[in-house]
Amino acid sequence: MTHEAPRREGTRTRRRRKGEQLMVPRAEFRSYYGRPVIKAPSWAARDIAGYFFLGGLAGAGSVLAAGAQLTGRTTVATAVKVSSLAAVSLSAAALINDLGRPDRFAHMLRVLKPTSPMSVGSWLLGGYGPAAGAAALCAVTGRLPRTGAVATAAAATLGPAVATYTAVLAADTAVPAWHGAHRELPYLFAASATAAAAGMALVVAPSRESAPARCAAVLAAVADATAVRAAERRLGMVAETYREGRAGRLLRAAEVLVVGGAVTAALGGRYRSAAVAGGLALLAGSACTRFGVFAAGIASAEDPAYTVLPQRAAQGPPPSP
Amino acid sequence: MTDSLLSGPEPDPAGDAGHTDAPPRVGFFTDTSVCIGCKACEVACKEWNAIPEDGLSLTGMSYDNTGSLGASTWRHVAFIEQSAPPAAAQAPAPEGRTELPLAADPPAAGGEFRWLMSSDVCKHCTHAACLDVCPTGSLFRTEFGTVVVQEDICNGCGYCVPACPYGVIDQRPSDGRAFKCTLCYDRLGAGLEPACAKACPTESIQFGPLDELRARAALRVEQLHAAGVPDARLYGHDPEDGVGGDGAFFLLLDEPEVYGLPPDPVVTTRDLPAMWKHAGAAALSLAGGFALSFALPALLRRKGRR
Repeated sequence: MTHEAPRREGTRTRRRRKGEQLMVPRAEFRSYYGRPVIKAPSWAARDIAGYFFLGGLAGAGSVLAAGAQLTGRTTVATAVKVSSLAAVSLSAAALINDLGRPDRFAHMLRVLKPTSPMSVGSWLLGGYGPAAGAAALCAVTGRLPRTGAVATAAAATLGPAVATYTAVLAADTAVPAWHGAHRELPYLFAASATAAAAGMALVVAPSRESAPARCAAVLAAVADATAVRAAERRLGMVAETYREGRAGRLLRAAEVLVVGGAVTAALGGRYRSAAVAGGLALLAGSACTRFGVFAAGIASAEDPAYTVLPQRAAQGPPPSP
Repeated sequence: MTDSLLSGPEPDPAGDAGHTDAPPRVGFFTDTSVCIGCKACEVACKEWNAIPEDGLSLTGMSYDNTGSLGASTWRHVAFIEQSAPPAAAQAPAPEGRTELPLAADPPAAGGEFRWLMSSDVCKHCTHAACLDVCPTGSLFRTEFGTVVVQEDICNGCGYCVPACPYGVIDQRPSDGRAFKCTLCYDRLGAGLEPACAKACPTESIQFGPLDELRARAALRVEQLHAAGVPDARLYGHDPEDGVGGDGAFFLLLDEPEVYGLPPDPVVTTRDLPAMWKHAGAAALSLAGGFALSFALPALLRRKGRR
C-alpha cells in the first residue's frame, strides 16, 4: 500500500539540475490508493481567483483614488474610482456566479460570523460596494461633491480590508498550500492588490499625475517578491506546489510581469507608452499571482502527500519499530 | 474562552452552542477490526436518508467502488488489500460477539495477504471547521453535540468543502448545496440509533454516549494488544488532538493514512486569530505603502526645487 505518485522521480531530477536543495527529503509515504485526503474546493478558478484579483484591484484602487483626490490629481482619482466600481461589480458577479444558486446570495447576510472569512467578506463588500459606487458616480457627474468626498473616504477605509481579507478566506481551509502560508498570504495579497491598482493608474492617468503610482508599483514589486519567498520558506515541501505545474508557470510569469512592469514604470513612466506598457504588465502580473496561488492550492489538495507528510513531520519522528 | 471555542479540549460543545439541558453527547465508535466490508452501513444510510446514487462507475483499484465520502455517500467502506502486513496475529473477536474470520488462516511467517476494511463517516468534530467557516449558519451544532447541515439554508458557496480536514463534506453537482452525515438527527430525536449502526451485522459501528464509547474503545484496544495485535490503535478519540476529539472515532489496524485519513488533522480555525492579525497588518501596510507613494514624490520635488 505504499503509493508514490509516479511524477515524483521526474520532479527530483529537475530540481537537482537546478541546484536547489530539498527542504525535506521525500519520505516514504502511504496513502489510500493515492486518493486525496482532503477535498479540493470546487470553486471555478475564473470565478474565485478572478474574484481575488478584482477585489484587490478595487480595494487598493480606492486607497489610491483617495490619495490622488487629496493631492489634487483629479483625473487619475476619477479614473481609478471608476475602475474600482467596475472591478467590485464584476467581483460580486463572479462570487454570485460561483454560488450556483444566485437567488440564495441573500443567505450570506443572515449572520455575521468572525470565524467565517466569507461571511466577514460579504458584509465588507456590502459596505464597500455602495461606497465605491457613490464615489465613482459623484466623481464622474461632478455632483454632490461632499457626498463624493465622504464616499471616497469610506471606500478608502474599507478598501485595504477588501484587498486582504481574501487571503484569510483562502488560508482558513485545510488546503495545505494556503493554510500553511496563512501568515504570508495577506501580505502577498496586499502587495498584489497594490500592483494591480498602480498598474491601473498608470494605464489611465496622464504622466504628470502618475508619480505616486510609479512609486507604489516599485514598493508592490518588492513586497510581492518578498512575500512569495517567505511563504515558500515557511511551506517546506509543500512549496513544490508553488513552483511546479500550472501554479509554477503562473507564479513565474507573475514575478516577471510585476517586476518588469514596475521597472518599466519607474524608468520610463514619464512617457505615455512606457507607462501604459508597465501598467498593463502590473495588472497581468497581479492576476497571474492570484491564479497561481489558487492553482497551488488545488494542486496541494489533490495530492495526499501534501496533507500526510507535513502532518507526519509535525508529529515528529515515528517511533522505531 | 475564545481559545476553547476555536480549538483545544471542550467538554460541552452542545452547551457552548447554546443548548440548555442538552442530552449527553453521542457519537460513533467504529471498530474496524471486526468490519467485514459488507457495506450494509452504506446501503442503510442511503435508504434511510433517501440519498441519490452517485454513479455506478467502477474504480478498478479494489472492491471499493464508492471511492470516498461525498455529498451522496455519507458512509464509505474502505477496502485495503495488503500483501505484506506487519507480522501481526489475527484479531480476536470481542467477547460475546459472532466469531468472524479476519484472515483465512493464522499468518504464515513473514506475513501474508490481508484485507483491512473500515467504514468511514463524518467525524462530527468537537471543533468543526465546516461549521466555523459556514457563512450562512446553515451548518449547526445539535443538542446531541453533532454537526448537521440545514439544507434549506445552505446556499452552495462550497466553503465547508476545503475547510474540512478530513475531506468529508462535499457539494452535490446537480444541486450545488453541501451534504454530509447528519448522524441520523431525525432518528436521534425519536430515540433511535443511526441507520448505519442499526444495520451493522458485526457491531463494527457502535453508537452511544461518547464517554461510554471511549471507555469501551480503550478496553477493546487493550484486548487486542494483549492478543498480540500491537498495531491496533484508536484514532480521533483524544480530546487534546487538533480538532478537540471526534464525535466519530475509530479503532484502526494500521496508520490512518493507509485508510485515507489524515494522520494529525487540525481545525483550520485554530490559526484564525493569527490570520486576522496578519490581514489587519497587511491592510495597514497597503494603506501605508500608498501614503509613502504619495509622500515620496512630493518630498523629492521639494528637494529638487531647492
